[in-house]
This record gives sequence, C-alpha cells and structure tokens, in this order.
Amino acid sequence: MTLKSILTATTLASLGTGLAAQEVKIGIAAEPYPPFASLDSSGTWVGWEIEVIDAVCAAAGLDCVLTPVAWDGIIPSLTGQQIDAIMASMSITEDRLKTIDFSDPYYNTPAVIVADKALDIDASPESLAGKVIGVQASTIHQSYAQAYFTGAAEIRIYQTQDEANQDLFAGRIDATQADSIAMADFVASDAGQCCEIKGNVANDESILGRGVGAGVRKGDDALRAALNKGIATILADGTHEAITARYFDTSIYAE
Amino acid sequence: MVEALLDTLGLTKTVELLSLQPPGWGGNLLRGLANSLQIAFGAFGFGLLIGLGGAYGKLYGGPILRDLLTIYTTVIRAVPELVLILILYYVGTDLINQAASAMGYGRVEISGVAAGIWVLGVVQGAYATEVLRGAIQAIPSGQLEAARAFGMPPLMTLRRVTIPAMMGFATPGLANLWLIATKDTALLAIVGFSELTLETRQAAASTRAYFTFFLAAGALYLIVTLFSGVIFGRIEKWARRGQPSLREGNG
Amino acid sequence: MTGWRALLLPHRLLLMALFAGFVIWCALSLRWDWLPDYLPLAVEGLWRTIWILAVTCILGFLLAIPLGLAQAVGPWYLAAPARAFCTIIRGTPLLLQIWLLYYGFGSLFPQFPWIRASELWPYLRQAWPYAVLALTLSYAGYEGEVMRGAFSSVNKGQLEAARAFGMPRRMIFRRVWLPQAIRNVLPTLGGETILQLKATPLVATITVIEIYAVSSRVRADTFIVYEPLLLLALVYMIIAGIIALIFGRIESRVPNRRQG
Repeated sequence: MTLKSILTATTLASLGTGLAAQEVKIGIAAEPYPPFASLDSSGTWVGWEIEVIDAVCAAAGLDCVLTPVAWDGIIPSLTGQQIDAIMASMSITEDRLKTIDFSDPYYNTPAVIVADKALDIDASPESLAGKVIGVQASTIHQSYAQAYFTGAAEIRIYQTQDEANQDLFAGRIDATQADSIAMADFVASDAGQCCEIKGNVANDESILGRGVGAGVRKGDDALRAALNKGIATILADGTHEAITARYFDTSIYAE
Repeated sequence: MVEALLDTLGLTKTVELLSLQPPGWGGNLLRGLANSLQIAFGAFGFGLLIGLGGAYGKLYGGPILRDLLTIYTTVIRAVPELVLILILYYVGTDLINQAASAMGYGRVEISGVAAGIWVLGVVQGAYATEVLRGAIQAIPSGQLEAARAFGMPPLMTLRRVTIPAMMGFATPGLANLWLIATKDTALLAIVGFSELTLETRQAAASTRAYFTFFLAAGALYLIVTLFSGVIFGRIEKWARRGQPSLREGNG
Repeated sequence: MTGWRALLLPHRLLLMALFAGFVIWCALSLRWDWLPDYLPLAVEGLWRTIWILAVTCILGFLLAIPLGLAQAVGPWYLAAPARAFCTIIRGTPLLLQIWLLYYGFGSLFPQFPWIRASELWPYLRQAWPYAVLALTLSYAGYEGEVMRGAFSSVNKGQLEAARAFGMPRRMIFRRVWLPQAIRNVLPTLGGETILQLKATPLVATITVIEIYAVSSRVRADTFIVYEPLLLLALVYMIIAGIIALIFGRIESRVPNRRQG
C-alpha cells in the first residue's frame, strides 16, 4: 500500500464516519406543493413527502435538516453544495441523471391533464390542439409538453404548480399537465370544482422518468447508499404504507 | 360591536386569514417581514462599507483601482438586480465552497440570511459608492485641509471630519438606498428565501386569497417605507445641524 | 479624440488584455453548444423585452405628466390622490405589484362570470397586458414624482410673460410650460429608462416570455446555470449602453438655457 492510497483510505473512512454525525441538508421546494409539501399557517412544513423524509432519515440514521430552496434553482443549489439531497417530488429522468445522481424511487405516479369540466378533451396532443396549457417550470411536465404539445398548443410556464392551478381556476389557461396525486388534491378542493382530470398522458419514460427519487450530487455514493437503505427500510416495515394511508386512498408506490 | 361592523363590511374572512394566531397567516407574514428587515439592514450596512471603500478608491485610489471600481459600478447599475442575485447567489456560494475545500476546510455553512446580505450588499455597494463619492466631494476642501494641517492621521480625519461633514449631503441618497434595499429583498423570493414576499406567496397559494394577502403585504411594505421616511427626515435634520440650509446656500 | 487616447494608457491596455483573456476563457472553457438551438427563442425574447420597455416607458411618461401637474399646481382633490399613487408605487416592491395585478385580479374572475363573456376577455387571458399595465404604472409613479419638481421649477416669469401676450392657457401649457418641464427632466430620463429595463425581467414570473425567461428555460432544459446568466448580463449591459447613448444624443441636441 502506498502512502497516497493510505491517505485516501483514511480520508474516506473519516468522511464515512462523519456522515452519520454531520447534518444532512435535505432540499425541498420553497413553493407549496400540496399534498406533498406545504407550509402551514404556523410556519411548519407538512405533507406526505415531509413525513417520508422524516421516516427515511430516521431509518437511515441521518441527522436531516429541511432546507427550502427555490424549485427553479434546486439542482444548482445541490451542485453548489447549499443542500446535500433533493427530496422535492423530483422524477428520475435521463436528463437529470446527466447532472446529478438519484436514490431508488420512493413514489411513482402518472402525469395527467386537468381541464375545465365543460371542455370535451382527453390527454392526447390532437385534442389539445389550439388550447393553452400551463405547466410548472423545470419539471418533467414542462419537458413533456414541449416535446409533445409544441406547435399544436400554446404552453405557458409557471414558477409553481399552484399558480398554474390558480390560472386554470381563473380561466386564463385551458388545461394543465401535472402529477396525478397533486391534481386529485386540487380537483377535490373548492377552487378545483371548475375542473376535472381528463386522463393520463401517454407514457414516455425517457421524459417522464421512472418515479420520484432523492437527488444527490454525483459521486456522493455514501449518502445515496444511506438514503437507499432508509427508503428500503420504510418500504419493507410498512411505514411508507402507513404514511400513504393517512393521505391517499390508493398506494402511490409502484414497481 | 366590532364584529358586527366587520360582518356588514364582509371583512370577517379577511380578519380570520390575517389573524396572528394559526389558522390565520398574520404570524407568518410578520416573520417574513422580520427576515426582510434583517436582510435589508445587513445589506444596507454591508453596502455602506463597500460604498465607503469604493468612494475613497474612486477619489484617492490609483488609476487601476479607479478603473476597476468604475467597471464594478457600471456593471451593477446596468444589469437587472434579479440576474445579479442569481449570479451572485449561485456563483458566490459555489466559489466559497470550492475555495474552502481547496484549502482543506469542509463545506462552509452559508445561512440564507448571510447569502441574502452578501447578494444585496454587493448590489447596494455600487450605488452607495456613487452616493458617498458625491457627498465627500461636496465637503468644502478647506475642512479636510485644515484637518491635515493639524496633523490628524487619515483614519481620524475619516472618523472625525469626513464622515460627520458628509452625512448631511449623503443622507437623502442613503435614504433612497435604504428604501431600495427593503424593496429588493422581495426579489429574494425568486431564489426561495422565506422573506415577506415568499411568505405572502405561500399564504396566498394555500388559501387562494391572493388579493387579500398581496394587499396586506403591500401595506406592510408601505408602513416600513413611510416609517423610514420619518426616521431619515430626523437623521437628516440632525446631520445638518449647524450647517446653513441648502435653500439659503443656493439662493 | 481624447476619449480614444485615454483608452491607450498602459494600465488600461493591461485591463483590456485581461478582459479579452477572460472572454476567450469563457468562450473556450464554458459550454455554449446550447446557443444555436435557443437562438430563435432568444431573439424573440429580446424583441419582447425591447417592446415592453418602449411601450411602458412611453405610456408611463404620458401618465406621469398629469400626475406631476396635479401634484405641482393641482387643487387638493387632484394633488392628494396623485401623491398617494406615487407614494404607494414607490413604497412597495414592483414584484408584489405585478403579482397583485396578475394573480390578485385573476382570483376575482371566477366570482364574476360576465367577465368571461366580455369582449376584453381574450386580452385578460393573456399575461402581457398585466405586465404592460404594472410596468407602466411603476414608471408613471417614479417619473410623476420627478415631473412634479420639473413643473414647479419652470420660471414663473415666462408663464406670466406668455399670459401677458394673451396666449390661451392650453397654448401656454403646450408651447411654454410642458417643453421646459420636459427639458428639465431630460437628464433623469435616461437613468429612469435603464431602471425600467432592469425591472422588465420581473414579468417573467407571470409567464411573459422575454429574454430573462428564455435564459431560465435554457437552465431548466439543459441544467447549464452560469453561461446563460453571463450572456444575459452582457445583453442587458449592451441594451443599457444603447439607452444611455440615445438619451445622451437627445440631450446634446436640446439647447440648454444655462449655456446662453
């Protein structure tokens, strides 16, 4: 063993032991994304994903701190080391994997089109022709809409899904594409009475990805392994299911 | 009595939404306001320090320093604050972390408030440089020469002569800068800082009462502005004590 | 030609060489392969930034004239609302004003179904009318304050002279008072217009796709952070430079009384 490799080994070891004690900054989107993560009126973050973060961290033995950052800049915040992991309903996609790594998925839901009840459309590009579609910036839905609806429909890009929902409610856009669970929550709310889910968009795994995972910096394998262990544990011991049951009627984890 | 009045005006719901106790969101707004003010104070102070250094550099520095400062103030004043905030936020924290890891330290913890102060402070510094430079130039040169003639060391001259003498000239410009600082904190909502505008946005999105909350936040900013106006008016009066009023001076 | 010779001082040459080195380093070691793909979008965004800037500055200035006049010489029932308007616009963040106009009013639409049936609805659905309105009001608020000073500082003797010659009031305003007030504010207009330019990226938050929104889209699509932002800063600097040049030109053409 050369001196250099010994040095590297000891540094790695110290990093490894340091990980458990050092606090891990979990980046969440600063904009509300109910029912997964939103700020309540007493100033605390609540939602399905917040509970899952707590459970995963507890199972992995990590000392986690929630750090809200702007969704639009959440990947630069990760690579710029302001946060250590992203757990903000971020889908694992080919494009993102070029920049960051992901843990195993912890939920997986289809993307849907939501529109005014009076509008007779489905989720196909043909029926959306000539319509105005709102999507949230830097999401798989933006990429999907740009890939499939460009030319046929006008695409408006919002900073938060809530603002797109708000404009759907106000009638400024005809439809929005978003996650099925978040949208089920919206159409069940007072403002969502205007609208209904028109159907799932045709799946394209290269854009829509294979479920939501925790994003980590490339090469941060220790943290990725720890998060994977935590996710596997809560999936196996029923914690994941218990949290889901408190929020939703159906399972939102599919292999 | 009060309730009946609110009821007839249809404001009961508004009062509920803005109440300081949960389920009202008033507490969140005030917390956001406190953060905004903290960042604005810090950025204003940091900007003043940069501005003082910058003004001295522009007035008495060598040719290279002067050119560099000119580039700094020109660039900052031509590029939108929003773009500067994004560049300084991402690049700044990234560079600090890279430097820290190159020197063998671990990651540097940069709190949101510190990053906000750094970002807005650099922007404020460019404007403060110009304001203070103008104010220092407005000091009658005889006063500085007299200080030098009495053998005052430069730092003492700065503390005892330059700063007190220029305060009167600089206050209106600085008051304006302070107002810009408080309003610019709203831009930090775009990078996800939990200051007043972001808290407002969260409250509005959660309750769908966009109108109510944006009006309420506007009122809070306006109160800060008006209150600051009064304070700076006092400061200016105090700073100008013993000086002839400008109106008389200009005829 | 002294302006050019000043650039040839040794330390300036050194600084320019360093700057050129920085530009070359940027060009070679940063990623620019996305640029061709987004060029058409960027041109479209740039065009939108420029017309929003031009339209809101002109409309805002036209609105600033009555605001300034009301504050300078108007009766109290005109002066007070004008002053309140300027105070509110100058005392609150523009971002909040934009959101209030767009999302605040938007949230009221569903309560009034007749709005959707009105002829204005196709415009109310778009984002740009709100952007133009918000930026116009903002420019009017800041410039209205400046115009107040400009109107009051016009020499009273000239107005009296015009009246003595029997000029009707409208003509006095159009031929004597307004031109001089505008000449008084001319030095500040360039600066105000650059401030307005710096305010335009805020409308990207209400889905208007101007040049800043294009750079955000590049960041979202490609995850490249610094390069679009650096280019964006350069674009704004160039526009600001052009604005300064244009207003400098205009100012030098207008005769200045004090030189006489």
